[in-house]
Amino acid sequence: MCAPIDTEPHVLSEFDKRVDALRAVLSLKGLMTVDELRRGIEEIPEDEYHRLSYYQRWIRSITAILMRKGVITEAELSAALERR
Amino acid sequence: MAAFAPGTTVRVKDDWPESRGPAHIRTPHYLRGMHGRVVRRLGAFANPEDLAFARPAERRSLYHVAFDQPAVWQEGRAGDELLVELFEHWLEPA
Amino acid sequence: MSTILETDGERLLAALGVLLAEKGIASPAEIAERIAITDQASPAQGARMVARAWTDPAFRTLMVEDGTRAAEAMGISLRGMPPLGVLENTPDLHNLVVCTLCSCYPRAVLGYPPFWYKSAAYRARAVRDPRGLIAEWGTVLADGVRVRVVDSTADYRWMVLPMRPAGTEGWSEQLLAGIVREGDMIGVTVPQAT
Repeated sequence: MCAPIDTEPHVLSEFDKRVDALRAVLSLKGLMTVDELRRGIEEIPEDEYHRLSYYQRWIRSITAILMRKGVITEAELSAALERR
Repeated sequence: MAAFAPGTTVRVKDDWPESRGPAHIRTPHYLRGMHGRVVRRLGAFANPEDLAFARPAERRSLYHVAFDQPAVWQEGRAGDELLVELFEHWLEPA
Repeated sequence: MSTILETDGERLLAALGVLLAEKGIASPAEIAERIAITDQASPAQGARMVARAWTDPAFRTLMVEDGTRAAEAMGISLRGMPPLGVLENTPDLHNLVVCTLCSCYPRAVLGYPPFWYKSAAYRARAVRDPRGLIAEWGTVLADGVRVRVVDSTADYRWMVLPMRPAGTEGWSEQLLAGIVREGDMIGVTVPQAT
Protein backbone atom coordinates (compact mmCIF):
# COMPACT_ATOMS: atom_id res chain seq x y z
CA MET A 1 0.00 0.00 0.00
CA CYS A 2 2.69 2.50 0.98
CA ALA A 3 4.35 2.25 -2.39
CA PRO A 4 5.70 5.00 -4.64
CA ILE A 5 3.06 6.55 -6.86
CA ASP A 6 3.13 6.14 -10.62
CA THR A 7 2.36 9.76 -11.41
CA GLU A 8 2.44 9.29 -15.18
CA PRO A 9 -0.78 9.78 -17.11
CA HIS A 10 -2.29 6.57 -18.48
CA VAL A 11 -4.45 6.73 -21.57
CA LEU A 12 -7.81 5.02 -21.25
CA SER A 13 -8.33 2.13 -23.65
CA GLU A 14 -11.46 1.54 -25.74
CA PHE A 15 -12.37 -1.19 -23.28
CA ASP A 16 -12.07 1.24 -20.35
CA LYS A 17 -14.24 3.87 -22.01
CA ARG A 18 -16.89 1.37 -23.06
CA VAL A 19 -17.19 -0.11 -19.56
CA ASP A 20 -17.38 3.38 -18.10
CA ALA A 21 -20.06 4.35 -20.60
CA LEU A 22 -22.03 1.14 -20.06
CA ARG A 23 -22.20 1.81 -16.34
CA ALA A 24 -23.44 5.34 -17.00
CA VAL A 25 -26.14 4.11 -19.40
CA LEU A 26 -27.30 1.44 -16.95
CA SER A 27 -27.48 4.08 -14.23
CA LEU A 28 -29.42 6.50 -16.43
CA LYS A 29 -31.88 3.71 -17.20
CA GLY A 30 -32.37 3.02 -13.49
CA LEU A 31 -30.95 -0.49 -13.76
CA MET A 32 -27.93 -0.16 -11.52
CA THR A 33 -26.72 2.47 -9.08
CA VAL A 34 -23.12 3.44 -8.46
CA ASP A 35 -23.63 2.04 -4.95
CA GLU A 36 -24.40 -1.38 -6.38
CA LEU A 37 -21.35 -1.13 -8.60
CA ARG A 38 -19.17 -0.36 -5.58
CA ARG A 39 -20.65 -3.17 -3.54
CA GLY A 40 -20.08 -5.57 -6.42
CA ILE A 41 -16.43 -4.51 -6.54
CA GLU A 42 -16.10 -4.95 -2.78
CA GLU A 43 -17.36 -8.51 -3.16
CA ILE A 44 -14.56 -9.50 -5.53
CA PRO A 45 -12.25 -11.97 -3.73
CA GLU A 46 -9.08 -10.19 -2.67
CA ASP A 47 -6.61 -12.04 -4.88
CA GLU A 48 -8.85 -11.47 -7.92
CA TYR A 49 -9.25 -7.82 -6.96
CA HIS A 50 -5.50 -7.21 -7.12
CA ARG A 51 -5.10 -9.16 -10.34
CA LEU A 52 -7.79 -7.22 -12.21
CA SER A 53 -7.43 -3.74 -13.67
CA TYR A 54 -9.74 -0.95 -12.55
CA TYR A 55 -12.27 -1.40 -15.35
CA GLN A 56 -11.97 -5.17 -15.32
CA ARG A 57 -13.29 -4.92 -11.76
CA TRP A 58 -16.13 -2.77 -13.03
CA ILE A 59 -17.23 -5.17 -15.74
CA ARG A 60 -17.10 -8.07 -13.31
CA SER A 61 -19.24 -6.15 -10.83
CA ILE A 62 -21.69 -5.01 -13.51
CA THR A 63 -22.08 -8.58 -14.75
CA ALA A 64 -22.64 -9.95 -11.24
CA ILE A 65 -25.18 -7.28 -10.33
CA LEU A 66 -27.16 -7.64 -13.57
CA MET A 67 -27.31 -11.42 -13.14
CA ARG A 68 -28.30 -11.16 -9.50
CA LYS A 69 -31.11 -8.77 -10.39
CA GLY A 70 -32.33 -10.93 -13.24
CA VAL A 71 -31.67 -8.34 -15.93
CA ILE A 72 -29.74 -11.09 -17.67
CA THR A 73 -29.47 -14.76 -16.79
CA GLU A 74 -26.30 -16.81 -16.53
CA ALA A 75 -27.60 -19.06 -19.31
CA GLU A 76 -28.06 -16.08 -21.62
CA LEU A 77 -24.60 -14.81 -20.81
CA SER A 78 -23.01 -18.23 -21.39
CA ALA A 79 -24.74 -18.47 -24.74
CA ALA A 80 -23.63 -14.96 -25.71
CA LEU A 81 -20.04 -15.81 -24.72
CA GLU A 82 -20.13 -18.91 -26.88
CA ARG A 83 -21.31 -16.97 -29.89
CA ARG A 84 -18.13 -14.87 -29.97
CA MET B 1 -32.36 11.51 14.68
CA ALA B 2 -31.02 14.64 16.39
CA ALA B 3 -29.18 17.11 14.20
CA PHE B 4 -25.54 17.96 14.92
CA ALA B 5 -24.75 21.66 15.01
CA PRO B 6 -21.48 22.94 13.52
CA GLY B 7 -18.75 22.76 16.14
CA THR B 8 -20.22 19.77 17.95
CA THR B 9 -17.77 17.10 19.03
CA VAL B 10 -18.93 13.70 17.85
CA ARG B 11 -17.71 10.15 18.02
CA VAL B 12 -17.91 7.83 15.06
CA LYS B 13 -19.63 4.64 16.17
CA ASP B 14 -17.24 1.80 16.84
CA ASP B 15 -19.51 -0.56 14.98
CA TRP B 16 -18.57 -3.22 12.40
CA PRO B 17 -21.69 -4.26 10.46
CA GLU B 18 -19.45 -5.99 7.91
CA SER B 19 -18.72 -8.63 10.52
CA ARG B 20 -22.41 -9.49 10.78
CA GLY B 21 -23.14 -10.13 7.11
CA PRO B 22 -23.01 -8.59 3.63
CA ALA B 23 -22.82 -4.83 3.96
CA HIS B 24 -21.75 -1.74 2.04
CA ILE B 25 -20.51 0.87 4.47
CA ARG B 26 -19.19 4.32 3.54
CA THR B 27 -17.72 5.05 6.97
CA PRO B 28 -14.00 4.33 6.61
CA HIS B 29 -12.51 1.73 8.97
CA TYR B 30 -9.84 4.19 10.07
CA LEU B 31 -12.47 6.48 11.62
CA ARG B 32 -14.54 3.98 13.58
CA GLY B 33 -14.50 4.95 17.24
CA MET B 34 -12.66 8.24 16.53
CA HIS B 35 -13.65 11.68 17.81
CA GLY B 36 -14.23 14.54 15.39
CA ARG B 37 -15.78 17.98 15.08
CA VAL B 38 -18.84 18.69 12.92
CA VAL B 39 -18.02 21.36 10.35
CA ARG B 40 -21.40 21.55 8.62
CA ARG B 41 -24.39 19.64 7.43
CA LEU B 42 -24.06 18.93 3.72
CA GLY B 43 -27.68 17.97 3.07
CA ALA B 44 -29.85 14.85 3.02
CA PHE B 45 -29.07 11.90 0.77
CA ALA B 46 -30.39 8.38 0.32
CA ASN B 47 -28.59 5.86 2.50
CA PRO B 48 -25.96 4.12 0.33
CA GLU B 49 -26.01 1.09 2.63
CA ASP B 50 -29.46 0.30 1.24
CA LEU B 51 -28.95 1.60 -2.31
CA ALA B 52 -26.09 -0.87 -2.67
CA PHE B 53 -28.56 -3.74 -2.23
CA ALA B 54 -31.35 -2.16 -4.29
CA ARG B 55 -33.41 -1.77 -1.12
CA PRO B 56 -35.64 1.24 -0.44
CA ALA B 57 -33.25 3.85 0.94
CA GLU B 58 -34.18 6.50 3.48
CA ARG B 59 -32.73 9.98 3.16
CA ARG B 60 -30.31 10.70 5.95
CA SER B 61 -28.42 13.82 6.98
CA LEU B 62 -24.83 13.91 5.72
CA TYR B 63 -22.23 15.83 7.73
CA HIS B 64 -18.73 17.07 7.01
CA VAL B 65 -16.70 16.07 10.06
CA ALA B 66 -13.10 17.13 10.78
CA PHE B 67 -10.58 14.89 12.52
CA ASP B 68 -7.13 15.63 13.91
CA GLN B 69 -5.01 13.69 11.44
CA PRO B 70 -2.06 12.78 13.72
CA ALA B 71 -4.50 11.49 16.36
CA VAL B 72 -6.09 9.11 13.88
CA TRP B 73 -2.82 7.63 12.63
CA GLN B 74 -0.44 8.08 15.58
CA GLU B 75 1.86 9.92 13.19
CA GLY B 76 1.75 13.09 11.11
CA ARG B 77 2.02 16.84 11.51
CA ALA B 78 0.21 18.71 14.30
CA GLY B 79 -2.57 20.83 12.85
CA ASP B 80 -3.21 18.58 9.87
CA GLU B 81 -6.79 17.44 9.48
CA LEU B 82 -8.98 14.91 7.76
CA LEU B 83 -12.38 16.08 6.53
CA VAL B 84 -14.85 13.30 5.81
CA GLU B 85 -18.51 12.99 4.79
CA LEU B 86 -20.36 10.89 7.35
CA PHE B 87 -24.02 10.00 7.73
CA GLU B 88 -25.89 10.96 10.88
CA HIS B 89 -26.54 7.39 11.95
CA TRP B 90 -22.80 6.83 12.28
CA LEU B 91 -22.32 9.75 14.67
CA GLU B 92 -23.04 10.04 18.35
CA PRO B 93 -22.55 12.99 20.69
CA ALA B 94 -19.22 12.84 22.52
CA MET C 1 -22.14 -17.99 -10.97
CA SER C 2 -18.59 -17.40 -9.78
CA THR C 3 -16.83 -19.18 -12.66
CA ILE C 4 -18.54 -17.15 -15.36
CA LEU C 5 -17.48 -13.97 -13.55
CA GLU C 6 -13.87 -14.97 -13.99
CA THR C 7 -14.24 -14.68 -17.77
CA ASP C 8 -11.86 -12.20 -19.37
CA GLY C 9 -13.22 -8.67 -19.07
CA GLU C 10 -13.10 -7.90 -22.79
CA ARG C 11 -15.15 -11.03 -23.54
CA LEU C 12 -17.63 -10.18 -20.79
CA LEU C 13 -18.06 -6.68 -22.16
CA ALA C 14 -18.58 -7.94 -25.69
CA ALA C 15 -21.13 -10.55 -24.63
CA LEU C 16 -22.96 -8.12 -22.34
CA GLY C 17 -23.00 -5.57 -25.13
CA VAL C 18 -24.73 -8.00 -27.48
CA LEU C 19 -27.22 -9.17 -24.84
CA LEU C 20 -28.14 -5.71 -23.63
CA ALA C 21 -28.57 -4.47 -27.19
CA GLU C 22 -30.86 -7.41 -28.00
CA LYS C 23 -32.93 -6.63 -24.92
CA GLY C 24 -33.18 -2.96 -25.86
CA ILE C 25 -31.40 -1.95 -22.68
CA ALA C 26 -28.20 -0.42 -24.04
CA SER C 27 -27.44 -0.03 -27.71
CA PRO C 28 -23.99 0.50 -29.23
CA ALA C 29 -25.19 3.98 -30.25
CA GLU C 30 -26.13 4.88 -26.69
CA ILE C 31 -22.77 3.71 -25.44
CA ALA C 32 -20.93 5.63 -28.17
CA GLU C 33 -22.94 8.74 -27.36
CA ARG C 34 -22.09 8.43 -23.69
CA ILE C 35 -18.37 8.10 -24.51
CA ALA C 36 -18.58 11.24 -26.64
CA ILE C 37 -20.30 13.19 -23.87
CA THR C 38 -17.79 12.03 -21.26
CA ASP C 39 -14.88 12.92 -23.53
CA GLN C 40 -16.03 16.54 -23.49
CA ALA C 41 -15.26 16.92 -19.81
CA SER C 42 -11.64 17.61 -18.95
CA PRO C 43 -9.56 19.54 -16.42
CA ALA C 44 -9.93 22.57 -18.72
CA GLN C 45 -13.45 22.97 -17.32
CA GLY C 46 -12.23 23.21 -13.76
CA ALA C 47 -9.36 25.43 -14.83
CA ARG C 48 -11.80 27.95 -16.30
CA MET C 49 -13.64 28.04 -13.00
CA VAL C 50 -10.42 28.58 -11.06
CA ALA C 51 -9.31 31.37 -13.40
CA ARG C 52 -12.71 33.04 -13.04
CA ALA C 53 -12.48 32.78 -9.24
CA TRP C 54 -9.01 34.35 -9.30
CA THR C 55 -10.25 37.39 -11.21
CA ASP C 56 -13.82 37.78 -9.94
CA PRO C 57 -14.31 37.92 -6.15
CA ALA C 58 -18.08 37.43 -6.41
CA PHE C 59 -17.56 34.26 -8.44
CA ARG C 60 -14.96 33.06 -5.95
CA THR C 61 -17.52 33.44 -3.16
CA LEU C 62 -20.15 31.58 -5.21
CA MET C 63 -17.72 28.80 -6.07
CA VAL C 64 -16.80 28.18 -2.45
CA GLU C 65 -20.40 28.41 -1.23
CA ASP C 66 -22.07 26.42 -4.02
CA GLY C 67 -19.80 24.68 -6.48
CA THR C 68 -22.69 23.27 -8.45
CA ARG C 69 -24.20 26.68 -9.16
CA ALA C 70 -20.78 28.09 -9.96
CA ALA C 71 -20.16 25.34 -12.52
CA GLU C 72 -23.53 25.91 -14.10
CA ALA C 73 -22.83 29.64 -14.24
CA MET C 74 -19.83 28.68 -16.42
CA GLY C 75 -22.01 26.61 -18.71
CA ILE C 76 -21.02 23.25 -17.22
CA SER C 77 -24.12 21.16 -16.67
CA LEU C 78 -24.25 19.11 -13.50
CA ARG C 79 -27.79 17.86 -14.13
CA GLY C 80 -28.09 14.36 -12.77
CA MET C 81 -24.57 14.56 -11.38
CA PRO C 82 -23.49 14.64 -7.74
CA PRO C 83 -23.15 18.07 -6.04
CA LEU C 84 -19.78 19.78 -6.46
CA GLY C 85 -17.91 20.99 -3.39
CA VAL C 86 -15.00 23.40 -3.64
CA LEU C 87 -12.13 23.51 -1.16
CA GLU C 88 -10.30 26.81 -1.08
CA ASN C 89 -6.55 26.84 -0.44
CA THR C 90 -5.32 29.73 1.70
CA PRO C 91 -1.85 30.84 2.82
CA ASP C 92 -2.17 28.54 5.81
CA LEU C 93 -4.33 25.70 4.49
CA HIS C 94 -3.61 23.22 1.70
CA ASN C 95 -6.35 20.82 0.62
CA LEU C 96 -5.83 17.34 -0.83
CA VAL C 97 -8.69 15.24 -2.22
CA VAL C 98 -8.88 11.46 -2.12
CA CYS C 99 -11.51 8.73 -2.21
CA THR C 100 -10.10 6.01 0.05
CA LEU C 101 -13.12 3.76 -0.48
CA CYS C 102 -13.15 3.77 -4.29
CA SER C 103 -12.41 6.61 -6.74
CA CYS C 104 -15.08 9.30 -6.39
CA TYR C 105 -13.96 12.26 -8.47
CA PRO C 106 -15.53 15.53 -9.75
CA ARG C 107 -15.78 14.20 -13.29
CA ALA C 108 -18.14 16.90 -14.51
CA VAL C 109 -15.44 19.53 -14.08
CA LEU C 110 -12.23 17.48 -14.30
CA GLY C 111 -13.03 14.61 -16.67
CA TYR C 112 -11.86 11.04 -16.03
CA PRO C 113 -9.81 10.59 -12.84
CA PRO C 114 -6.07 10.05 -13.36
CA PHE C 115 -4.72 6.51 -13.10
CA TRP C 116 -2.78 7.33 -9.93
CA TYR C 117 -5.82 8.78 -8.16
CA LYS C 118 -7.51 5.36 -8.42
CA SER C 119 -4.46 3.43 -7.20
CA ALA C 120 -4.32 1.58 -3.89
CA ALA C 121 -1.12 3.45 -3.02
CA TYR C 122 -2.66 6.91 -3.44
CA ARG C 123 -5.83 5.96 -1.61
CA ALA C 124 -3.90 4.53 1.33
CA ARG C 125 -1.22 7.21 1.62
CA ALA C 126 -3.29 10.35 1.14
CA VAL C 127 -4.95 10.12 4.56
CA ARG C 128 -1.91 8.69 6.31
CA ASP C 129 1.06 10.60 4.88
CA PRO C 130 -0.27 13.46 2.74
CA ARG C 131 2.97 15.46 2.82
CA GLY C 132 5.09 12.47 1.80
CA LEU C 133 2.58 11.74 -0.93
CA ILE C 134 2.56 15.18 -2.54
CA ALA C 135 6.35 15.21 -2.34
CA GLU C 136 6.20 12.54 -5.05
CA TRP C 137 5.10 15.37 -7.32
CA GLY C 138 7.83 17.61 -5.96
CA THR C 139 5.33 19.61 -3.93
CA VAL C 140 6.72 21.05 -0.72
CA LEU C 141 4.56 23.27 1.44
CA ALA C 142 5.80 26.34 3.31
CA ASP C 143 6.26 26.15 7.07
CA GLY C 144 3.08 26.81 8.96
CA VAL C 145 0.80 25.51 6.19
CA ARG C 146 -1.71 22.94 7.48
CA VAL C 147 -2.85 20.09 5.29
CA ARG C 148 -6.50 19.08 5.13
CA VAL C 149 -7.17 15.76 3.45
CA VAL C 150 -10.73 15.50 2.18
CA ASP C 151 -11.94 11.91 1.86
CA SER C 152 -14.85 11.72 -0.61
CA THR C 153 -16.94 9.09 1.10
CA ALA C 154 -20.46 10.07 0.08
CA ASP C 155 -22.50 12.16 -2.31
CA TYR C 156 -20.31 15.22 -2.85
CA ARG C 157 -17.50 15.46 -5.34
CA TRP C 158 -14.63 17.74 -4.35
CA MET C 159 -12.20 19.94 -6.22
CA VAL C 160 -9.53 22.24 -4.87
CA LEU C 161 -9.49 25.97 -5.62
CA PRO C 162 -5.74 26.57 -5.50
CA MET C 163 -4.13 29.93 -4.74
CA ARG C 164 -3.18 32.19 -7.58
CA PRO C 165 0.60 32.15 -7.91
CA ALA C 166 2.73 35.27 -7.76
CA GLY C 167 3.97 36.57 -11.10
CA THR C 168 0.54 36.43 -12.77
CA GLU C 169 -0.54 40.01 -12.15
CA GLY C 170 -2.56 41.44 -15.00
CA TRP C 171 -2.98 38.06 -16.74
CA SER C 172 -6.18 37.40 -18.66
CA GLU C 173 -8.57 34.68 -17.49
CA GLN C 174 -7.58 32.58 -20.49
CA LEU C 175 -3.89 32.83 -19.65
CA LEU C 176 -4.59 32.00 -16.02
CA ALA C 177 -6.71 28.99 -16.94
CA GLY C 178 -3.77 27.75 -19.00
CA ILE C 179 -1.57 27.28 -15.92
CA VAL C 180 -4.14 25.40 -13.84
CA ARG C 181 -3.47 21.67 -14.09
CA GLU C 182 -5.47 18.63 -13.08
CA GLY C 183 -3.15 17.97 -10.13
CA ASP C 184 -3.62 21.52 -8.84
CA MET C 185 -7.35 20.87 -8.50
CA ILE C 186 -6.80 17.60 -6.65
CA GLY C 187 -4.13 19.05 -4.41
CA VAL C 188 -0.99 17.11 -5.34
CA THR C 189 0.54 20.20 -6.93
CA VAL C 190 0.11 23.97 -6.84
CA PRO C 191 -0.11 26.20 -9.93
CA GLN C 192 3.13 27.63 -11.23
CA ALA C 193 3.43 30.91 -13.13
CA THR C 194 6.16 29.28 -15.29
